[in-house]
Amino acid sequence: MPSSKSRDSRRMRAAPKSDLGRAEQLPKAPSGIQGLDEITGGGLPRGRPTLVCGGAGCGKTLFALEFLVRGITEYGEPGVFMAFEETAEELSSNVRSLGFDLHKLEAQKKLAIDYVRVERSEIEETGEYDLEGLFVRLQLAIETVGAKRVVLDTIESLFAGLPNPLVLRSELRRLFRWLKDRGMTVVLTGEKGEGTLTRQGLEEYVSDCVIFLDHRVNEQHSTRRMRVVKYRGSVHGTNEYPFLIDETGISILPVTSLGLAHKAPMERISSGVARLDQMLGGKGYFKGSTILTSGTAGTGKTSLAALLAEAACGRGERCLFFAFEESTEQVLRNMRSIGIRLDRFIKSGLLRVMPSRPTAYGLETHLVSMHKAILAFAPDLVVVDPITNLISVGTGPETQSMMTRLIDFLKMRGTTTFFTSLTSGSGDLEQSEVGISSLIDTWLLLQVVRSGGERNRTLAIIKSRGMRHSNQVSEYKLSEAGFEIVDTYLGAAEVLTGSARLAREAEDAAAAQAASDEIARKEQERERRRRALERQVEELREKFATEDAALAHEIELAVRRSGQLSSSQMAMAQSREAFTPNHADGAKTKKGRRR
Amino acid sequence: MSREPARKARTVSTVPEWELRLYIAGMTSKSVAAFANLTRICEEHLKGRYRIEVIDLLKNPQLARGDQILALPTLVRKVPEPIRKIIGDLSNEERVLVGLDIRPVQGKRS
Repeated sequence: MPSSKSRDSRRMRAAPKSDLGRAEQLPKAPSGIQGLDEITGGGLPRGRPTLVCGGAGCGKTLFALEFLVRGITEYGEPGVFMAFEETAEELSSNVRSLGFDLHKLEAQKKLAIDYVRVERSEIEETGEYDLEGLFVRLQLAIETVGAKRVVLDTIESLFAGLPNPLVLRSELRRLFRWLKDRGMTVVLTGEKGEGTLTRQGLEEYVSDCVIFLDHRVNEQHSTRRMRVVKYRGSVHGTNEYPFLIDETGISILPVTSLGLAHKAPMERISSGVARLDQMLGGKGYFKGSTILTSGTAGTGKTSLAALLAEAACGRGERCLFFAFEESTEQVLRNMRSIGIRLDRFIKSGLLRVMPSRPTAYGLETHLVSMHKAILAFAPDLVVVDPITNLISVGTGPETQSMMTRLIDFLKMRGTTTFFTSLTSGSGDLEQSEVGISSLIDTWLLLQVVRSGGERNRTLAIIKSRGMRHSNQVSEYKLSEAGFEIVDTYLGAAEVLTGSARLAREAEDAAAAQAASDEIARKEQERERRRRALERQVEELREKFATEDAALAHEIELAVRRSGQLSSSQMAMAQSREAFTPNHADGAKTKKGRRR
Repeated sequence: MSREPARKARTVSTVPEWELRLYIAGMTSKSVAAFANLTRICEEHLKGRYRIEVIDLLKNPQLARGDQILALPTLVRKVPEPIRKIIGDLSNEERVLVGLDIRPVQGKRS
């Protein structure tokens, strides 16, 4: 059983040859409208009608026309445009700005435009009729160009022009049958009604595919959205997708990846700051990862972004820089002041700066245009500076999902993405971006530390998935030399910045000096004491020697004296004929005897 | 088509006051009814002053565009101006007369 992930990723592929694993998958006609074929898994149902409905000015006619024109130019399928509201001339001048040359296509016999005008006031009804005339005209147009695609825009106006809706309804039913029998892939447009998809209930005739276009204004930002309401017999994205109408037609921002199937390259790229690379496990960011740099105003977020861009362009990679705060000129000038010269890369075409006012459109519109620019430029690195401006124009919970889509889209492409994020001075900086933080691989926090009458900048890595990274809060400076991370004061107590750091460093040096002085002094003292002791020992020894000699002398004297004594005793004994001490036994005997 | 009902049904006058075009698509019952009703009404009210041109769109589909034909049968009053269109099988004579802006000939109506 395939996992839901793989199923999703397969659905996302824009292949008309759908491999959804269903044998009965409908054949599809690729619309050529950017993004639509990804949502519908290959295009509109081939040989069947698709209803495109929505309010006034939502882009129905353009949708239909682009479907036809792309069909002709990209898929070789000629088409018929039945216009009920605009003349062929009006139509072709309306879309000329989009690069669609309808006259040329008509001349090449690939496109037939038939303007059908029904004027209620000119028409009187008497008795039975049918719409065979419409069939005849369609038939003729189809045969003229060998059409495979037909657009009816807006067939509802017939309800206003013809008196009998009952006849009209049965004829419409017949018309769709007729078109199906001819294998025409049909797009019909319909005006949105009150509580219904179309005013005249066209959806009841078209049961195969219904696409709803919407043009909403939310908090003064207009956003176009598209939704596939139904698509019989096919899996399709059911969300509302924002879309954009610009000089290249319609682009829809699809959810390119609902799964998490992107690759995880091992390749590392330099951040443009050698010291920062060192902090990031010595090698810098992962290629294709998403990097967020958040910080308060003036912390050098843009500089960090520009450094990364410079490094990337220096390696010959392509870089797309979305500037939501500054104009191109301003970015270039400001970066020049810290020694980052980006002009040369703009000239060589590696770097493109796309400035735009965040408030110009809603978030979705921005994202669609970014999406488009990314597809067109195919960058290796995308910088969004700052992303918070975008988020602020978004409304409510959709913001996060929109960002997820953009990040996923970039991840799938393996594009390295660098977001900067402006955080307000107050509050917990690490909390403020919780909305998108889970999507971020490497998150740098730039902060201003205020102390001792200075504002000093510090950088910390909050997270960096998949690599060893420094937990040190480091100080950095922005100067002509660029972004300079200074040696960190490696103290036990806290991280110091600016002059406090310098003062502390001086203090520490003094303290170290004092300590080594102390040691030397102690050493001396020890030596001194040792010497003193030795001296004492010597004195004692001398004293002892003196005393010893004296004693020896005395002993000698004594010995001598005792020798004299004993000899005198001997003499006495001899004189008295007493026992000598050598006859002690005789003495004892004498004593015993005495008892 | 076997019946080919007077593709150019002409009356005596060479420059008719009324130029009418009837668009049909093949000989359907509606087409036949429309043609019959039309000739009857014209004979009655515009005798000698009209010309009817029947256009079969199955044969000449490209002609549908010019007069913005959608519903069939359609009767188009080309002359006198302005152009008027009547759709249907023309079974309601009164409405045809109103639609063509023909005032009924006095005395013919009882």
